[in-house]
Amino acid sequence: MTVLADLPVGARARVSLVNGGDDLSMRLLEMGLTPGVEVAVVGVAPLGDPLELELRGYRLSVRRSEAARVEIHQL
Amino acid sequence: MTRRSSKTIALIGNPNTGKSTLFTALAGVRQRVGNYPGVTVEKKIGAFELDGTHWQLVDLPGTYSLAPRSPDEMVAVDVLLGRQADVGTVDAVLSIVDAGNLERNLYLVSQVLELGVPTVVALNMVDLAESRGIAIDVQELQNRLGVPVVAVQANRRIGMAELKRALAAAVQTSARAPESPFPAEFQHEVAELQRSLSAGAPQALPRYLAERLLLDTTGYLQGALNESSPGGAQRSHDLADTLTNARARLAEAGWQVPAVEAQARYGWVGKILDGAITRPRQRVVTASDRIDRVLTNKFWGTLVFAAAMLAVFTSVFVLADPLMGLIDDSIGALGDAISNRMAPGPLQSLVVDGIIGGVGGVVIFLPQILMLFFFLAVLEDCGYMARAAYLMDKLMVRVGLSGKSFIPMLSSFACAIPGVMATRVIENRRDRLTTILVAPLMSCSARLPVYTILIGAFIPARAFLGGLVQLQGLTLFAMYLVGMVTAAGVALVLKRTLLRGPTPPFVMELPTYKWPSATNVILRMAERGWSFLYRAGTLILAVSILVWAASYYPHHSEEVDATLAPTRDALAADIEKLPPESAEREALTVKLDDVDHSIAAAYQRESYLGQMGHWIEPAVRPLGWDWRIGCAAIASFPAREVVMGALGVIYNLGSDVDVGDDSDQDRLATRMKAAVWDDTGEPVYNIPVALSIMVFFALCAQCASTLVVIRRETNSWRWPAFTFAYMTGLAYLAALVTYQVGMRLPTF
Repeated sequence: MTVLADLPVGARARVSLVNGGDDLSMRLLEMGLTPGVEVAVVGVAPLGDPLELELRGYRLSVRRSEAARVEIHQL
Repeated sequence: MTRRSSKTIALIGNPNTGKSTLFTALAGVRQRVGNYPGVTVEKKIGAFELDGTHWQLVDLPGTYSLAPRSPDEMVAVDVLLGRQADVGTVDAVLSIVDAGNLERNLYLVSQVLELGVPTVVALNMVDLAESRGIAIDVQELQNRLGVPVVAVQANRRIGMAELKRALAAAVQTSARAPESPFPAEFQHEVAELQRSLSAGAPQALPRYLAERLLLDTTGYLQGALNESSPGGAQRSHDLADTLTNARARLAEAGWQVPAVEAQARYGWVGKILDGAITRPRQRVVTASDRIDRVLTNKFWGTLVFAAAMLAVFTSVFVLADPLMGLIDDSIGALGDAISNRMAPGPLQSLVVDGIIGGVGGVVIFLPQILMLFFFLAVLEDCGYMARAAYLMDKLMVRVGLSGKSFIPMLSSFACAIPGVMATRVIENRRDRLTTILVAPLMSCSARLPVYTILIGAFIPARAFLGGLVQLQGLTLFAMYLVGMVTAAGVALVLKRTLLRGPTPPFVMELPTYKWPSATNVILRMAERGWSFLYRAGTLILAVSILVWAASYYPHHSEEVDATLAPTRDALAADIEKLPPESAEREALTVKLDDVDHSIAAAYQRESYLGQMGHWIEPAVRPLGWDWRIGCAAIASFPAREVVMGALGVIYNLGSDVDVGDDSDQDRLATRMKAAVWDDTGEPVYNIPVALSIMVFFALCAQCASTLVVIRRETNSWRWPAFTFAYMTGLAYLAALVTYQVGMRLPTF
């Protein structure tokens, strides 16, 4: 199973599932990482973490550890 | 219901939507700022008049979702549902959304609409959205949402009259409960839950809270609601069972809690926007995207970041320094002018040293606070603040914090006061507290004079590697390092003990870059400056007066009465007899100054503060200190920068030792080098003693203003007390180790 954290910069994917039911998962969902949404990895911070994503027309920053919660299908 | 002459409106919206700008555009700069009881959330209330009615505008903290998982997040829900006693009933909600980011912004709107309170949506930054090729059919959006939608440009105050009219009309209506975005099975469970919880209760449970109970798998809300209503453990246990069963039934129907909420709401948002908004098929690469590519680039991004931070700091030092000197001089001149017009005595000393000195001690921080907040406001307003957190996150994670703590910590190198005030950008309470508690460990500008004078006097000017490494410079660097390393260690320990908890999500929006608005920047700067002066300043002044009393009273010294006072009077009389500008008169005047300084020193020894210095000598002796150093350390607990003045008095140089003045520095250094132990006659100062003093000053919480600001920001005296205790303890231990190890090293 591929997760968002594994995607290289420039890749696009469709979210299939956000794992877990805690604060972090709820925040990821609230920010729009819901099943079916299209997301692109547009960059990585100079120190290698966090990631810069683009989804629903805006930019979102998540740590790799957080992006590992998000299961995706690469496009 | 009786007609009230005043109406209350709550303003809510995502961060980066221009919410504060809209708040000021509607209510002006006059606002009441306070705290909600028991939490660290700021309560900001403004007011305006419209058609003879008084309108109260409550600014709620910027949020992406109304899903309370902590007491701080619960405040907004309580205010909106009229459950927050000190705000009262909310007559209407004003929900601001960013037109360029409608999809995510409407998530919060979908939650607000379910509260059943009349709502008006302010569609902000339509101009920016249009420039990105986004076209919004406002009328269609209004029809679909079922509430008034007003297009505004808050930064240019466009649309304010229409917005006020829409609000005035909205409070006349009673909001219908909107259709729920949730699937039928979920709605059924909510209705059941609402029925069972409202039975026998004095007040019916609002539908929104019933939904939240079902959705909040963290258990926070259940605990919070239980606390506020009498029910007992049995009911709480029953409720937990009811919720678990309901969630299981929903999962069986294919609806996972909590994911069902985001799916349902974003599904609703999609239906609302479909046809009401036209977005370019291919995302346009905007100027903001191009800027972002550079500013988050591995090489250029890091370079620009370092350059920006360096520029901010150089400016703060370069611009604030002359202003601080000016304030210092003016306060000194004012003190002199007043003391010349008043008879010497306790009242003169209280006015000059206590009140004027105390006010000066508050005002002196203003230039740094204003400068720093000017730059922080610019960075925040143009969208760079979030990028700074993004760039620095990985570094800060190592000490258990997040990138959002970086700027407040960095600011603390100038002054911990703006540093502590800048932690408001950190939403997570535990992260924010940890940052506040370690920020004063960063070596602020007030510590620099202490380091400079001690290094200059006692660290040999030796160079290594052909002059590349200077021992004196190395020592100064080591002092900054001591603070940083200790801060990292304390942060790690705090996050594992007192403030332990799951790592808060970093998940953070990186807003679109835009030009900072001058009004915004100036207002934010003024607001911070005023909040420091008014809310912290009064307390700091009170503390200064207390400390003045401790260093003045009992103001009775046998030494002065028996020998110094008669000598002084005789000298003064002799001088009067001599012709002006004669060499003899000059010589006697210098002698008179010396006697005056000895008198000041004698009174200080006998003051409560001086006596304390004597009492603690056994405690500071293991640090290599005599009672004089102990006394100076105690005298500088309210503000570390007074240590030079305190040492000046102790070593009979008078209190106005100017650290910037080389000859003053030399005189103090000479006196210190000559100081000997009262009992053995051995010199007091050597390298380990100087280092132990520096380490103590690097780590100690010698700043009443910082402690008062911590009290203000955390809304409790517990945290400043804790900061003071742990920093003083650490400072003592570190100074002890420095001296004891230093004395055992052969090189010393």
